[in-house]
Amino acid sequence: MLSRTAENLFWLARYTERAGNVARGVAVAFRMAAISARLGDEGAEWRALLTASGGDAGFYRKYEAPTAEAAIHWLLLDPDNPSSILACFEAARRNARSVRTALTVDMWEALNDSWNHLRNLAPDATEGENLVDFLGWVRERVTLFNGAANETMLRYEPWRFVHLGTMLERADNTARLLDVKHALFAPEIEGAVDYVQWQAVLRSVSAMRSYQWVYRERLSGRRIAELMILRPELPRSLAACHAAVADTLEAIGVGQGGRFGECHRVSGLLKAQLRYGRIEDIFAQGLHEFLTDMITHTAELGAEIEAFYIRH
Amino acid sequence: MRAEDGVRAAYAEIERWLRATPREQLDRKRREAELLFRRIGITFAVYGEGGDPERLIPFDIIPRIIARSEWDRLSVGLRQRVQALNAFLADVYGPQEILKAGRIPSALVLENEGFHKALVGVRPPGGVYTHISGIDMVRTGPDDFYVLEDNCRTPSGVSYMLENREAMLRLFPKLFARHRIAPVSRYPEELLETLKAVAPARAGEHPTVAILTPGPYNSAYYEHCFLADEMGVEVVEGADLCVQDRVVYMRTTAGPKRVDVLYRRIDDEFLDPDAFRPDSLVGVPGLMEAYRAGNVALANAPGGGIADDKAVYPYVPEMVRFYLGEEPILQNVPTFLCEREEDRKYVLSNLDKLVVKLAKGSGGYGMLIGPHATKGQREEFHARILAKPGDYIAQPTLALSTCPTVVEQGIAPRHVDLRPFVLSGKEIRIVPGGLTRVALKDGSLVVNSSQGGGTKDTWVLEDEGPGEAAAQGQSQSQGQSQGQIQGQSQSQGQGQGQSQGKGQAQTASLGC
Repeated sequence: MLSRTAENLFWLARYTERAGNVARGVAVAFRMAAISARLGDEGAEWRALLTASGGDAGFYRKYEAPTAEAAIHWLLLDPDNPSSILACFEAARRNARSVRTALTVDMWEALNDSWNHLRNLAPDATEGENLVDFLGWVRERVTLFNGAANETMLRYEPWRFVHLGTMLERADNTARLLDVKHALFAPEIEGAVDYVQWQAVLRSVSAMRSYQWVYRERLSGRRIAELMILRPELPRSLAACHAAVADTLEAIGVGQGGRFGECHRVSGLLKAQLRYGRIEDIFAQGLHEFLTDMITHTAELGAEIEAFYIRH
Repeated sequence: MRAEDGVRAAYAEIERWLRATPREQLDRKRREAELLFRRIGITFAVYGEGGDPERLIPFDIIPRIIARSEWDRLSVGLRQRVQALNAFLADVYGPQEILKAGRIPSALVLENEGFHKALVGVRPPGGVYTHISGIDMVRTGPDDFYVLEDNCRTPSGVSYMLENREAMLRLFPKLFARHRIAPVSRYPEELLETLKAVAPARAGEHPTVAILTPGPYNSAYYEHCFLADEMGVEVVEGADLCVQDRVVYMRTTAGPKRVDVLYRRIDDEFLDPDAFRPDSLVGVPGLMEAYRAGNVALANAPGGGIADDKAVYPYVPEMVRFYLGEEPILQNVPTFLCEREEDRKYVLSNLDKLVVKLAKGSGGYGMLIGPHATKGQREEFHARILAKPGDYIAQPTLALSTCPTVVEQGIAPRHVDLRPFVLSGKEIRIVPGGLTRVALKDGSLVVNSSQGGGTKDTWVLEDEGPGEAAAQGQSQSQGQSQGQIQGQSQSQGQGQGQSQGKGQAQTASLGC
């Protein structure tokens, strides 16, 4: 497959997944902000989310304070934010348009219809009570795209690069979401934390029910961290995402007759670390330090994948 | 005249269907068609003009019909013409016998900017120059087909031939059941066969074919992807290719892969910054060296522009006689070259009857339609022709055929032209059909999509029917009206230079 095609597929999947992740983040922050408004620090949630989305420097260049209105506009529709939902869908479609031939019709239509819808968005589509519906729509569109890819793509290289992009982006997102809230999970504050905050974190990765299924116990910070980092059963956990990344890279290497490089080593190491790691050790190292490492290694892995397959 | 019988047989069924279909239903089908095109993403990219950059070319749901017997005559003529054009190119880049024989003025060819001196003596693989030709035609009577112009460089529009048919099949399945319509869906397969047939010998039995596109900002980008998809080949941009030791490779996830045939949709001057324009951002440095070395086939071959030059056009019938020893089947529109003194005199004193075109123009721009022009416009062209006679040609008006078309007020006749696509590899292949362009404005003769033209599905009907001219005078179905020749090349060489900068942060240039 053409390197450029691989690049487009990888990034269209990353941008699509990112749009969904931003929607998840905003939905949770919106909920939390409503609760913490009573406690008098509404801005804290939006500050945290802006940090998690990695674009806060750009935000503060444009806006003075992280009000709900400014943060929501920035994260959803601001063209100056390359990770806004609108920008993500545009970038995803631009990449898709360059590789129409590598996509199935269902995938293209999922992206193209979303983009057409966003282009003609009503001015109040993200305001007030419409916000929740809009965020739900975004998640539906992302799910539709993932479903279309999953159900219609031949299991050759194009599919693998799409899957790689989705999983790598998802791993990055889960690590960031946990990291901005890492203070919530320190064992010493067990019990003192607002239950609602834990619930919100779980909700952001659609894991409220999953937690109950896996643990059948009351929420605890340690267990939530374990679920989201180490449990392979949770499809958005770091362990699950990095296992998928490593397996996909392996499949590409095997498909090319045994062509492997640095990206395979980095990925294999991450997979093993998450597969055999223990939550006690992670807390001993420091959750924040661990997650920062994960975010860095995930970015490195992305660069290695591009170096080996795209920019050779 | 057969015209007295009314609607010609081939249109009879369509006529009945139109009469039986309420206007609201036609409108609904039109909207459906538009939605379909928008959804599939068959758009025509127009950047830098403001407004929606991704536009739809209006699609008319009433098909244009050609009877099989007419088509057969037409295709014999097309075959003959394209053979002659190919022979001409092989000759002017070889022994130049037609010039030595004095059948075409040497200066017209050798000093033409479409003629690449550097390519004299370079024989393309298989000896084929114009692998894909789009011959723009109009008809003026039952057996009178005129060629408006030949497109021997990178003619586009074939995706509309295929997608219009798909759209019609989805919108009007019952109509198809009542007609025996020659299928066009084999075109991509035929194209691939044609391209494979001209691969360099060393490529073996399974040559690697790719389509070279200027990129997503090119107006015909959809078509490039569509054809690549249908043929199962890669669509590559300049940056995806590199040349090493005069061999062309494409960058793949598994490393460099050798390319044998490039169906290039980039104009000559942008192909290779080392050989032509150094500022080309869409080309491949070293590509021409690889081509000269015989390591890659380019379709169409560079230098083909000399064959479709408007000033060379009047000599195409002469080419047919010279190379094939036959009389031309397709007619040329009488053309006056303003460079020639006696032609110029005639043109200047008959501006009110003639169409004046730029010899190098395309897209329907920069022309004078004498009978519709104001006195001031004619005076302006008078002065322009005197200032630069070599830039202008002129042609008389023709009685163009029309085809019923859905318009605001109902169904009305509109002028049409036809661009069939002729493939030349080891043999010549023509898929029965083509791109029908229709001038949507009343009385207009301009079919160019950039000037408000639309397209129609083109049906070659297997059932025998009388000539199209039989419909003369029928306002609801077929009519004819006086008009001038229109329809310049829709799409040769649109904006190649603009495809730099994908605006994507992760894109970096690659080293070979």
